[in-house]
Amino acid sequence: MTGFLVRRVGQIIPTLLILSLLVFGLQQLMPGDPALILAGEERGDPQVLAQIRAELMLDRPLWEQYLHWLSRVVVGDFGFSWRIRLPVSELILEKLPVTFQLATMSFVIGVVIGVPCGVLSAVWKDRPADWAINAVALFGISTPNFWLGIMLILLFSVQLGWLPPSGYVPPWEDPWQSLATTIMPAFVLGTGVASVLMRHTRAAMLGALSQDYVRTARAKGLSERVVVAKHALRNALIPVVTLGTIEFGRLLAGAVLTEQIFTIPGFGKLIVDAVFNRDYPVVQGVVLATALIFVLLSLLADLLYAAVNPRLRAA
Amino acid sequence: MIRRALIPRAVLAAAAALCLSAALPAPAEAQNFRIGLREDPDILDPTLARTFVGRIVFASLCDKLFDINERLEIVPQLATGHRWEDPRTLVITLRDGVRFHDGEAMDAEAVRISLDRHLNLQGSFRRAEIGIITGMEVVDRLNIRIRLREPSAAFLSQLTDRAGMIMSPRALEAAGRNFGNRPVCAGPFRFVERVAQDRIVVERFADYWDAGRIHLNRITYLPIPDSTVRLANLQSGALELVQTIDPDDVPAVRRNSRLRLSVGDELGYQSIAYNMGNGPRGQGPLGQDVRIRTAFELAIDRDALNRVVYEGMYVPTAQPLPPANPYHIRDFRPEPRNVERARALLREAGVTTPLRVEMTVPNNPDLRQVGEVIQAMVREAGFDLRLNAMEFASSLQAATRGEFETYLIAWSGRVDPDGNTYAFMHSRAGQNDGRYANPEVDRLLDEARTELDSEKRRELYRRIFEIAIRQDRSRIYLWHRKNIVAHTARLQGFVPVPDGLIRPQGLRLQ
Repeated sequence: MTGFLVRRVGQIIPTLLILSLLVFGLQQLMPGDPALILAGEERGDPQVLAQIRAELMLDRPLWEQYLHWLSRVVVGDFGFSWRIRLPVSELILEKLPVTFQLATMSFVIGVVIGVPCGVLSAVWKDRPADWAINAVALFGISTPNFWLGIMLILLFSVQLGWLPPSGYVPPWEDPWQSLATTIMPAFVLGTGVASVLMRHTRAAMLGALSQDYVRTARAKGLSERVVVAKHALRNALIPVVTLGTIEFGRLLAGAVLTEQIFTIPGFGKLIVDAVFNRDYPVVQGVVLATALIFVLLSLLADLLYAAVNPRLRAA
Repeated sequence: MIRRALIPRAVLAAAAALCLSAALPAPAEAQNFRIGLREDPDILDPTLARTFVGRIVFASLCDKLFDINERLEIVPQLATGHRWEDPRTLVITLRDGVRFHDGEAMDAEAVRISLDRHLNLQGSFRRAEIGIITGMEVVDRLNIRIRLREPSAAFLSQLTDRAGMIMSPRALEAAGRNFGNRPVCAGPFRFVERVAQDRIVVERFADYWDAGRIHLNRITYLPIPDSTVRLANLQSGALELVQTIDPDDVPAVRRNSRLRLSVGDELGYQSIAYNMGNGPRGQGPLGQDVRIRTAFELAIDRDALNRVVYEGMYVPTAQPLPPANPYHIRDFRPEPRNVERARALLREAGVTTPLRVEMTVPNNPDLRQVGEVIQAMVREAGFDLRLNAMEFASSLQAATRGEFETYLIAWSGRVDPDGNTYAFMHSRAGQNDGRYANPEVDRLLDEARTELDSEKRRELYRRIFEIAIRQDRSRIYLWHRKNIVAHTARLQGFVPVPDGLIRPQGLRLQ
């Protein structure tokens, strides 16, 4: 097990190095000179532009900029935001709990709606309830988040006045307000997840319900409820759980449009603003941090698999 | 059975509590004035800041030596007055008894330190504004003498903005380049906290020199980029004021009895810049032949454009100075659309029609629509206008590099006419992306910036406009925007000033 662990951790380092090169290299392809953006309406002054370039090392060769950035990153220093001059690590740590809260709430909403609907749809296959659930799921998948978001704001905030239209309150400051500010964006994101989960649960359940062991269970005289819940669902959930973790990881990477509409100060909003302002250190830091989370989650999954299945340890 | 019935009721009760707690403002919030901004400000350091929304926050944090009023007159703020000892030497007298948020007294030495920082801090954006300063002397505690390289008609107006903001020397020494993370100035409100992209909170400063005009306890600035969501926040009572709303949203505000609208002139303009000499793209017929540029302009109906895209809210123009500016030339008006003359000019120029022209347009919905309307208008005169919608950062770079033929670009505007003209018209100026060059215009612009007599100066600007705009057609000025501020009907005392800032002095919530 120790050897397996060492091997897997050893694989992470080159992965992150290649990723850092990609992140750094790809953003150089973005058009738009960061010095011009940072200078704003002072862009006409060559002295101002030269100073910005010198201060941010933009006048140095790319390899030098990359090595300088990398040498700081390995000691945990992601640099500072060019736009608001705050340390990038501070921004990431500030946004991470926000995105985590939103992702968790969305995921819970997605699972609570998606999995039962998928099961019911499979059980009632080709009946009106199945068609209705499928139609709703199709609507959930194809509805753009920004449209649904604006509609929810207009209904629950402007017309009914029940919920704040946008903004964010951390749960430790005021749990109710925190819930009130995140429930709509979580619902918008959650409906998307629910639709995906519903479709996959339905497909997996249909597969499971046609298996021999289900027929055997029915032959034993078990009630349909027990057959579905204890025999079919348990087996059908394995691919759904895998899909669920991927969906959760996607939510953690930040929901760009939803965060923008509801003004949720999470990862998605951070990275969009940073890209538009050519705030390179923030873009690099956020992408790298997101990748690191993914890599660590995948390592954790591998370790769990290895713990459960000894054959994997030797692989 | 009883348990089953109880669960939904408990859920309903919790949901109701949640909704109520969200909808009813707590008493503390009633004192909190919430302003919706269109974007998150950059660093809150007067020396290093550059965004317009940042200036709105500074209006509560950092008083300036001078301010402007709704008639664009320069009025004293931290200063009480000034006198020119000669055209190059200015003495500013300071207000006595002013304190910074850290309790330090504001005096001439503090002014010298702040101006010196604006001039010398690496990365300062203020140097271009006050770089004309050659020396400063503290005359006594309340007087400072400033020497300039040459006479400057615009210098005093620079001190009405960030260059005139005075920072606490003690805080500057302690924080250095990190001053913007916790700014300490002498404004009516002191900094409390900032959560990037979420909020900036300031609270009333009890020792403010003009405390009698401050009636709010706390201001929270909330960046909300989406204009629909910004308006929804105002309509639902989650904001008391939004910095700017789109002309499309004006009818919705007018219909709402709980909201009020305040529309005022803005300092800037929207224009179409021509590439007349910046690289090969400036060598085409449009850049080189004034008849073709005249035809292009004559094909555009500014009034119709304004009605179609902006509900007729903006002010069509032919010059860079808005009506609110004392140097605005009243009889320098846009020519009416004349498609016949435009066609004749194209025939005279000998070009094959339709003449293909490209316009770079920043990629946002209203400017794209403007581009499309212009496209339809100039087609009738014989132009085949291709729109090249680009994200703003990329379009700026393209303009600087000369990778454009025409560019739809706005300018936020300055109080002094020099700020709306020199950088765009002078052959050696940095924002003259199209490289327009006329030695006579250069000479007149140089003269206008040092001319202290306002009548003579106005005449100089008239001459400049006649040559650069009417004769050379170096740029098309389309319209002056309006500052459209929407706020709750409970707000009293809001006075729109053309610079678009939200000054907290006099604001009161009923």
